[in-house]
Amino acid sequence: MLILTCPCCGVTAEETEFHGGGEAHIKRYGPGSSDDEFHGYLFEKVNPKGVHFERWRHANGCGKWFHAARCTVTLEVFGTYSAQTTEPPQDIKDKISAKRPGWSWREFA
Amino acid sequence: MSTRLANGGRLLNKAQPLEFTFNGKRLKGVEGDTLASALLANDQMLVGRSFKYHRPRGIVSSGSEEPNALVGLGEDARFEPNQRVTTTELFDGLTCASQNHWPSLEFDVGAINAKLSRFLPAGFYYKTFMFPRSFWKHVYEPIIRQSAGLGRAPRDRDQDSYEHFYAFFDVVVIGGGVAGLQAAKAAGEAGAKVLLMEQTPHWGGRAPVDGGTVDGQPVDKFVDEIVSKLETMENVTLRRRMMGAGVYDHGYVLGYERVKDHRPDSIGPRHRLWRIRAGQVVTATGAIERPICFSGNDVPGVMLASAVRDYAVDYGVSVGDRTVVVTNNDDAYRTAITLKNLGLEIPAIIDARAGGGGALAGEAIELGIRVENGKGIARVKGNKRVEAVEICVQAGEGAALETIKCDAVAMSGGWSPVVHLWSHCGGKLLWDDEKAMFRPDVDNAPTGAGGEGFVRCAGTAEGHLDLDDVLKSADAAGKAAAGATGHTPKRSKTPVGDNPREAGIEPVWLMPQGAGVKLRMKAWLDYQNDVKVSDVQLAAREGFESVEHAKRYTTLGMATDQGKLSNINGLAILSDALGQPIPQTGTTTFRPPYTPISLASIAGEARDETFQPLRKTPMHGWHAENGAYWEPVGAWRRPYCFPKPGESIEDAVQREVKATRDSLGLLDASTLGKIIVKGPDAGRFLDMLYTNMMSTLKPGRCRYGLMCNENGFLMDDGVVARLDEETFLCHTTTGGAESIHAHMEEWLQTEWWDWKVYTANVTEQFAQVAVVGPKARKVLEKLTDDDISAEALTFMGWTDVTFGAIRARVFRISFSGELSYEIAVPASQGRAFWDMVLQAGAEFGVTTYGTEALHIMRAEKGFIMIGDETDGTVIPQDLGLDWAISKKKTDFLGKRAQERRHMSDPTRWKLVGLETLDGATLPDGAYATAEGNNANGQRNVQGRVTSTYHSPTLGRGIAMGLVLNGPDRMGEVLEFPKVDGTVMRAKIVEPVFYDKDGEKQNV
Amino acid sequence: MSESVSALGGASHEGFVRAEDMGLRAMITLRGDLASAKLRKAVKGATGLDMPEQRRIAVADDRSVAWMSPDELLILGPYSEAGTLRETLEKGLAGEHALVADVSDARALLRVSGGTGVREVIAKLCPVDMAAEAFGPGQFRRTRMAQIPAAIWMPDEQSVQVICFRSVAEYAFNLLRNAAAPGSETGLFI
Repeated sequence: MLILTCPCCGVTAEETEFHGGGEAHIKRYGPGSSDDEFHGYLFEKVNPKGVHFERWRHANGCGKWFHAARCTVTLEVFGTYSAQTTEPPQDIKDKISAKRPGWSWREFA
Repeated sequence: MSTRLANGGRLLNKAQPLEFTFNGKRLKGVEGDTLASALLANDQMLVGRSFKYHRPRGIVSSGSEEPNALVGLGEDARFEPNQRVTTTELFDGLTCASQNHWPSLEFDVGAINAKLSRFLPAGFYYKTFMFPRSFWKHVYEPIIRQSAGLGRAPRDRDQDSYEHFYAFFDVVVIGGGVAGLQAAKAAGEAGAKVLLMEQTPHWGGRAPVDGGTVDGQPVDKFVDEIVSKLETMENVTLRRRMMGAGVYDHGYVLGYERVKDHRPDSIGPRHRLWRIRAGQVVTATGAIERPICFSGNDVPGVMLASAVRDYAVDYGVSVGDRTVVVTNNDDAYRTAITLKNLGLEIPAIIDARAGGGGALAGEAIELGIRVENGKGIARVKGNKRVEAVEICVQAGEGAALETIKCDAVAMSGGWSPVVHLWSHCGGKLLWDDEKAMFRPDVDNAPTGAGGEGFVRCAGTAEGHLDLDDVLKSADAAGKAAAGATGHTPKRSKTPVGDNPREAGIEPVWLMPQGAGVKLRMKAWLDYQNDVKVSDVQLAAREGFESVEHAKRYTTLGMATDQGKLSNINGLAILSDALGQPIPQTGTTTFRPPYTPISLASIAGEARDETFQPLRKTPMHGWHAENGAYWEPVGAWRRPYCFPKPGESIEDAVQREVKATRDSLGLLDASTLGKIIVKGPDAGRFLDMLYTNMMSTLKPGRCRYGLMCNENGFLMDDGVVARLDEETFLCHTTTGGAESIHAHMEEWLQTEWWDWKVYTANVTEQFAQVAVVGPKARKVLEKLTDDDISAEALTFMGWTDVTFGAIRARVFRISFSGELSYEIAVPASQGRAFWDMVLQAGAEFGVTTYGTEALHIMRAEKGFIMIGDETDGTVIPQDLGLDWAISKKKTDFLGKRAQERRHMSDPTRWKLVGLETLDGATLPDGAYATAEGNNANGQRNVQGRVTSTYHSPTLGRGIAMGLVLNGPDRMGEVLEFPKVDGTVMRAKIVEPVFYDKDGEKQNV
Repeated sequence: MSESVSALGGASHEGFVRAEDMGLRAMITLRGDLASAKLRKAVKGATGLDMPEQRRIAVADDRSVAWMSPDELLILGPYSEAGTLRETLEKGLAGEHALVADVSDARALLRVSGGTGVREVIAKLCPVDMAAEAFGPGQFRRTRMAQIPAAIWMPDEQSVQVICFRSVAEYAFNLLRNAAAPGSETGLFI
């Protein structure tokens, strides 16, 4: 069972306090978007083996959403960060680079 | 025979005799006994029958690895099957019974299977019961179920209590032998917060039995001193009778504490499951001795050499008068020496190694014990008890050289470190050829949240068999674990252990090496599941080459002991059969728990009245007092109806509908979700959330709204009231309160975080009462001086009203088609308000109604219900709700999805009303059939029933359904087959059955 | 307001520590920019208390202010003052983007008290480190209590107060009562 640190309230807690919210940094496509764009937005998830970025909510806690960078193989958590961003912050990316040189995830590396 | 010795028994308090019962026989033991030692002291070697062949089986071990000696323990509300006698502490009045035999332990009919064992090889069931297919369900399965199974399930409700406990430590040390004690001390002295747990009631593990010295003192003394020292350390928690059940991701450890199994009549929980978060885990779990595979190695009286020694030293019990020791390593010599020194006979030590043993062998020879090197046991003679062994040359095929009379055999095939906890969470193993064991690959430890290893092994669990190595390894592990959690280990001296030097082990996977098929068919690997050497070899021949496949095909290691004794021998046999080295075969996966734990401990507090949270409205007590027939709605309990004494549920529902439509009904609507949405961008936000326009709603007014998810499917509906320019109150369905609030927060926090909107879920702040029916206004006017006339409070309006001392918000909305008010009052005054309306309504014959009457009334009006008309695949357009979908808005959640091709497909099933031709009520969920069959040979369908009721208002069955091209087919008759084969016919009609123009609600 | 009743009606139970209903309390949810000077002033004006730091609770006499999340406070006071508290806050926050909601009736307030054993009662139900070095008076923790969300804090070393939703007050009370059953002491935090 994972432990995660909520960047919003600072609590390090076990997984049962949190609720997973799937892949992070998905851009919303609304009316006016093409079928392909909309399909991609709704259904195309990367589900990688290795470095992954996810959304989590501190459901039994402060109630806030946040992002986590995590390895889906070893379950190592590289870091958690604000939900109010469209891409992983540089310090998180640097941390991952130090541990998983050459990593990439979607358009990020 | 096995008996209690006059001397010895270091764990016993002989001054305290205890009585217990086995299979109805009253027997005597003493304080400190395990059930196993007490049974042996009473010469009860035969304890059970095996699973498949019902062979007589005796106690094999002295610990948690025991495969054979399982009993049904206790009676009635305290009965539990499959309890290992070796880990059951004796208490006065203990009652137990052997399992898996009929009619008795001594004479068992099922033992005929053993005679047929030639015809019951591995995979027998799979091969035999395949055909004819129809026989499986009615013939084979019932017969197999009758004869299979171990023990019987308890019948009575468990009378004990259980609990969880969340605890956090820097270092958790599992295993309280000398290694665990030393590791805990090293970590504790560094300042780490340490938990040390030991599954038995005793500290010290095997070392006090095995002998040797630590810093020149006997091991016993060392153990006493280190325990005393640890007890004084405030940062160290010591816990006995607590097993490390599993090690999981990120340092999560389950500790299974058996709080009062040994004193069942005391108060408190029986088991406590510790849910521990550890910075570092040190497994000091020791090792388990392996049996040797020779013919007849399951005859009662054949035991692990270490167990024979334990019973003698710890419990003062001799397993036999004449014990033959058979071994491939030096450790078993300790058993021979111990027994000899106690005055018992050792007819011979059979050492499979041609070169014999080391210093301990010398000591045995000096004591006058006959040692036969390079020999093995060809077969054991005896049925329910060992009578003799035939010895042979280990390198040969089993020709008997000599028959030696004996009543016990102490065997040792070497030691396997307990690597389970290391492996649970991904720790890798190495095969050590020299020691013939799998041991932890310390460079490949399980990794935690930070990516670093968090499990270390100490002592024998790491593969060390020499006492001094054990202590050094434990000290290092404790210090390293403390260091890894930010503490600085002290430079203390490691205790020095001293033990005779041992000669190396020579692996013996089969005895004798060239044993023929007859011997191999009686050479057991897995005692509990009756798997023999020949079965594993057969599996290999039949192509089950993966160890995981061979395991499942033969059931090796699949019994309650999970192969603690059998796995290594089994995979060595498999490797040999496949002609490959052992590491290439590998091990099966080690899964938690280490030994079985009670299901009730896993449930913890979640049982009886705290099984689940049951949500209660402020009026719940009234409902209960007035005979509510409950319906679970999410975690809530809502009254389905209020049957009067002698009244049926159906009749009550019909009465409630009629009374409400005729005069006055009262519904507890408190469970409806209520969410405040406030801010300069609140209108804009709600326009995105609802399909219709909310920003244009005027303060003081209400509007019904639909909510879709991004897939375009309906997820919730409800009435939105605008409280002021910046504030809205959104009502959700009962089930939607939490999820819709979370949905709002998700969009605000993760997509539109720059929008100025705050939300608050105030669902439970208010008790909400629906006052419904032609007399609704009359009754309320009796209770207030405020103006709630038709002109002052129009349909879809709301206003603040004071009812006596109660301040309320009154919404004039209707889900029934009647004149109707929903009144929100503070929850703490909900019951008072409810009582007030009941009293005032008495003159109108006020009737409380439940969810079913609510459903019927809304269906009569053609109002949809989320979860009935919708199922996660239905869009508002399917339900004829196009009027609630804004054409003006450029965007709302679900808008883009509803533009997808499939969503605008004209052949999507659409909502209609359904009227049976004979007035009967359609079955819920029934399908309307169409011509022909589909690709699977099933009848084509063209619609289905989504809601169906008997309407007391119309005196007939009414239904709503989704039908292909439904709205264009008014008047057509559809066929709905029922499960009994008959067909109901129903006409397609408009979905509004009652008061189409809304005259009743608009008065 | 004499007709106002708490969900548990003052229930209590004596185990190795005491579990009891604390009755009705004013509870006001305040959502807003906690860094805003106006908001801090409004809170101070209504309660006399300074803004608590992250995951802490400020307590004085019969009022407290608890940090719920980066943009949410819970303000507690005597039940009869709920209306006044709400109005005072709303007045103080006029013109500021904020939400003030009375949730006094939406919650239940329970207490376990009577010894250091209160820590282990909570530790049986919540995945929170209840050791004194990890949690103590002044801290405020929202978490999971068995199967429901709850918030806990320690008014002093010998008691813990628990807030949960009103509808599950009975469940919460039963949890605390069972966890405090005599004979189930773990002795871990003594």
